[in-house]
Amino acid sequence: MANEVIFKNRDLDNLWDIEQYRSRGGYEVLTKILTEKTPPAEIIDGLKTSGLRGRGGAGFPTGLKWSFINRDAPTDKYLVCNSDEGEPGTFKDRDILRYNPHALVEGMLIASYVIDAHYAYNYIRGEFWEPYERFQNAIDQARAAGFVGKNILGSGFDCELNVHLGGGAYVCGEETALLESIEGKKGQPRYKPPFPAHVGLYGCPTVINNTETLSSVPTILREGAEQFRDIGVENSGGSKLFSISGHVRNPGVFELPMGTPFSELFELAGGMRDGSKLKAVIPGGSSSPVIPGNLMMDLTMDYDTIAKAGSMLGSGAVIVMDESTCMVKILDRMGYFYHEESCGQCTPCREGTGWLYRIVHRIENGQGRPEDIDLLMDVQNRIRGKTICALGDAAAMPVAGMLRYYQDEFQYHIDHKKCMVGAGV
Amino acid sequence: MSEEKTITIEVDGQSLETKSGTLLIDVTDAAGINIPRFCYHNKLSIAASCRMCLVEVAKVPKPIPACATQVMDGMVVQTRSPMAIAAQKATMEFLLINHPLDCPVCDQGGECELQDVAMGYGSDATRFVEGKRVVPENNLGSLIATDMTRCIHCTRCVRFGDEIAGMREMGATGRGEHMTIGTFVARNVNSELSGNVIDLCPVGALTSKPFQYRARAWELTRHTAIAPHDSVGSNIQVHTRRNEVMRVHPESNNAINEIWLSDRDRFSYEGIKSEDRLTQPLIKKDDKWSEVSWEEALEAAASGLKEVAADPEQIGTLVSPTATLEEIALAQKLTVGLGSQNIDYRLRQEDFRGNSTAIPWLGQSIASLESIDSALLIGSNIRKDQPLLAHRMRKAALKGAKIQFVNPLQLDLHFDAAQMVSDPAGMVHNLAAIAEATGGLHYLTEQVDVGEEHKAIAKELKNAESAVILLGNMAQSHPDYTILCGLASVIAKATDSSVGVIPMAANSVGAAVIGVIPDHALNALTMLESPRKGYLLLGVEPGRDTNNPALARSALNNAECVVAVTAYRSPCLEEAANIMLPMSAFSETSGSFVNAEGTWQSFAGTTTSAGESRPGWKVLRVLGNLLDIEGFDYSSSEEILNELKESYCGNLKVTSFGAAKGKIRSAVTGLIRIGETPIYASDALVRRAASLQKTKDARDATVARVNSSVATAAGLSDGDKIAVVQGEGRAKMVLKVDAYIPDGCVWVPAGVPGSESLGDQFGEISLEKV
Repeated sequence: MANEVIFKNRDLDNLWDIEQYRSRGGYEVLTKILTEKTPPAEIIDGLKTSGLRGRGGAGFPTGLKWSFINRDAPTDKYLVCNSDEGEPGTFKDRDILRYNPHALVEGMLIASYVIDAHYAYNYIRGEFWEPYERFQNAIDQARAAGFVGKNILGSGFDCELNVHLGGGAYVCGEETALLESIEGKKGQPRYKPPFPAHVGLYGCPTVINNTETLSSVPTILREGAEQFRDIGVENSGGSKLFSISGHVRNPGVFELPMGTPFSELFELAGGMRDGSKLKAVIPGGSSSPVIPGNLMMDLTMDYDTIAKAGSMLGSGAVIVMDESTCMVKILDRMGYFYHEESCGQCTPCREGTGWLYRIVHRIENGQGRPEDIDLLMDVQNRIRGKTICALGDAAAMPVAGMLRYYQDEFQYHIDHKKCMVGAGV
Repeated sequence: MSEEKTITIEVDGQSLETKSGTLLIDVTDAAGINIPRFCYHNKLSIAASCRMCLVEVAKVPKPIPACATQVMDGMVVQTRSPMAIAAQKATMEFLLINHPLDCPVCDQGGECELQDVAMGYGSDATRFVEGKRVVPENNLGSLIATDMTRCIHCTRCVRFGDEIAGMREMGATGRGEHMTIGTFVARNVNSELSGNVIDLCPVGALTSKPFQYRARAWELTRHTAIAPHDSVGSNIQVHTRRNEVMRVHPESNNAINEIWLSDRDRFSYEGIKSEDRLTQPLIKKDDKWSEVSWEEALEAAASGLKEVAADPEQIGTLVSPTATLEEIALAQKLTVGLGSQNIDYRLRQEDFRGNSTAIPWLGQSIASLESIDSALLIGSNIRKDQPLLAHRMRKAALKGAKIQFVNPLQLDLHFDAAQMVSDPAGMVHNLAAIAEATGGLHYLTEQVDVGEEHKAIAKELKNAESAVILLGNMAQSHPDYTILCGLASVIAKATDSSVGVIPMAANSVGAAVIGVIPDHALNALTMLESPRKGYLLLGVEPGRDTNNPALARSALNNAECVVAVTAYRSPCLEEAANIMLPMSAFSETSGSFVNAEGTWQSFAGTTTSAGESRPGWKVLRVLGNLLDIEGFDYSSSEEILNELKESYCGNLKVTSFGAAKGKIRSAVTGLIRIGETPIYASDALVRRAASLQKTKDARDATVARVNSSVATAAGLSDGDKIAVVQGEGRAKMVLKVDAYIPDGCVWVPAGVPGSESLGDQFGEISLEKV
């Protein structure tokens, strides 16, 4: 695909090797920036022009985020890369770490230069052993080539890259919980404000970016911000990795321009498997509300379009479901996940996620009560917008989404104590 | 944000002026606008996790927590809008779904924050039909009862441990609704301030173990009083029911104890009902004690003392520094009335060579300790001796103050400090070296080696804007206390620091203020070294309260007449006394204490006295009448107090000690005893508080400690059963090898069972294997 940014080298063998990466212009931008001492503001302007938005899910403009750091603050500054990739349905960062780790190394070094950080951490999901080894190897190679460590390329700029392997908690993908975890504490989100740009890792100004975001930076700066911007659509610059999974014939990670019609992505994934019929799509990871298949076929994959349809592009994790899928069972499984993964710190999430799960679980198991649908709506509403971090919202939103389009399935479960899907209704 | 500019905000239509950057909840609290909360506590850091204080702020789409929101000019807040109420009610429902509704059997019932807030924000029926969460219990020790199923995860107890007690003893483990509060590994909570989590816990998860299931909150009558142990003079509430003390709570006083209370002050009330209480006047005839009437006992006491007082110099009076000002004053008046000046309260002091009229007080206010930037503590285990002074010191240390110790043992502290540890004689040398490093004259005849560490301390004190030098309990029992005081004065002068003493007991300063510091008469030591024929003891247990129990007991046992006014019986007292007059204990009498900073604090009695016991001042008043001494016509303790106030109440003078001259007595050839008085052995009441005696601090004080080189040299090892031998005295103990004890020293506690036959707290000692 012509517009690939992160996977543009995928035709090469051993593309995780530094020589391969350099054969396609890798580390040229970093070298240029460090030797020419490019003013950080210029790089930030470039990123703002490119329209790059955070690829972890929230879509915050990257250039703006970097500009919040006061480079002149008398304390240390830190760059943290979030490779925790815990959102169910998402598996794109894993492939970056496995197949293009040097893009991330270079991106982290550039970001560190811009914000004047001399220590950068990559927080990698604990289950990602192979990706971790690839990434660590990339750091080692980059160090051997003089890109990491003291006085990089004689520029006087020092930067150490460190890897921190997570322990498997979903909540540690939340940026402030991730900082707590790096600091050796229990992974619990911090109340914001203060934001990490002011009080972050070890109390110092910190930028936290997603793996995909940082990996996009070298190409943007090499090929030009405008070019990256023009790949995408308005307000959603560049290309994006989509992890598509579920009942498709060819699940996997695809890099496509922002604004690509869902139908194209769906085709790339081989369409429905075994001739089954598309029922519904979760467009941006399990926290994003579900959208019925027929609606989804008319949407394009960019931040604004998906938001207008009442969901979120999120991390670009597309979960496709065919007509054999029971939506109550899906919500039951998702409810269990959020109930297990709530950190327990603040009340609505600690108590509410378990309650949501129990209500859905009893509906799924034929013990639903007439008042349960109202109760579900009310409980999710009582969690939303009242928690310290977004996990509460993430647990609540899918509930509202499911009830918006598939309330009849829930009602059927309650009325008939069995599933509508198998009943041939 | 650091700029403190006056701004105006609007809350519920009310315009409020405040400083920018203040927390919204503090502004509304000050204005009397109630916002419900659980995790927020104004003495702890912000958690913002309970979500009970969510309010609506204009232009903010979501409700936000008032506890974590700093006010900004023009902010418009609604605490009772539909959005705010909906958010608060949502949180309340979530908190209640897993909270057991066992209020009828919960000790917190009636004084429960959750119960109170649920009245306003809860629903009368639950929509949660599943089984509730059940959490296994923790055993936190003898003081705190747990029912963790009731926990609402506010983490106040966790933050208290971290931020106030300085020991991270509790924490949250597990995620989501599996999160539980407890100790990380199965162990007790051992902080000397641990009981405060009982007050902080908004629900019945952490309650008082000694008080468990004993009374309901609404049955209790609250009386304000003053704690009778350390010299902080913590303000307390004594909660009574039907003439019985049920528990003790702190009373807020920011100048003294803030809102905190040490465990000793909180749980010592258990000693009031000890089996040892003396409830009937007793007279010893032919070595047998028999109960007599008050008339008979008082007449016998009066005639006994009168007989001895034929030679007034033969009368000696020893008073406990935990006795009230009024009691001590009457004991003094009585002694003087008998023609003697021999009265002293400094029972644990060994060295009286110095200027005995200096009033040993802190030299500054308690609250000001937290704004010092350097301190030198000499012979002090401040953390255990004076837990709340240590808390102030800790606050200073957290703000960057440099705290330094010259001590005869290494301490486990809850703040960063430089500890210079040596044997007692080494303490004198170290202090002299510091004095020399400051440029002061130390007057010692011995050669003093000034090292880098001495220079560092001198430099810290010199560079500090506000430095303080304080002498602690172990300094006051040190054989060279006078020299330590002199050297402290020299250092203070050379470094422009303030100097003071950390008074040992609740009324040490009071006794000194009213002149119970004999100048030209016999003091607490000489009264025993040159035995008197007659003694009057006020609240003194000879085997436990004195620096040299062997000496005290020998003098008392051989006296002709010993009259003991006492709340408790004890074997050593029964051996020594001829007449025991039962005195009211803590909470049973009115009186006053003067605390470390010189504040006079009075309290009323809260319960009637046990059995036939009577307030000490009344006993002494009648004794004075029977002895025909003038001026014993008081009808209330207030009359005594008013008289004392006229003569003595006023600002205390800056302490000045005499020069550091004299022979160094602490230099011994063999081993020397470090006779620290452990926290729960400090006075008669606490020694009888059953729950405190089961704590780790109390258990740790039953062994002898030496470092490994001393153990090896003596052919002993950890866990050996040994006898410590001091003069004629022997005490059987278990040996513990402890790297915190310096060479040449054996830590053998004073005031504990078994120590009654031993000698000086800091005296030569030997070890024998048994």
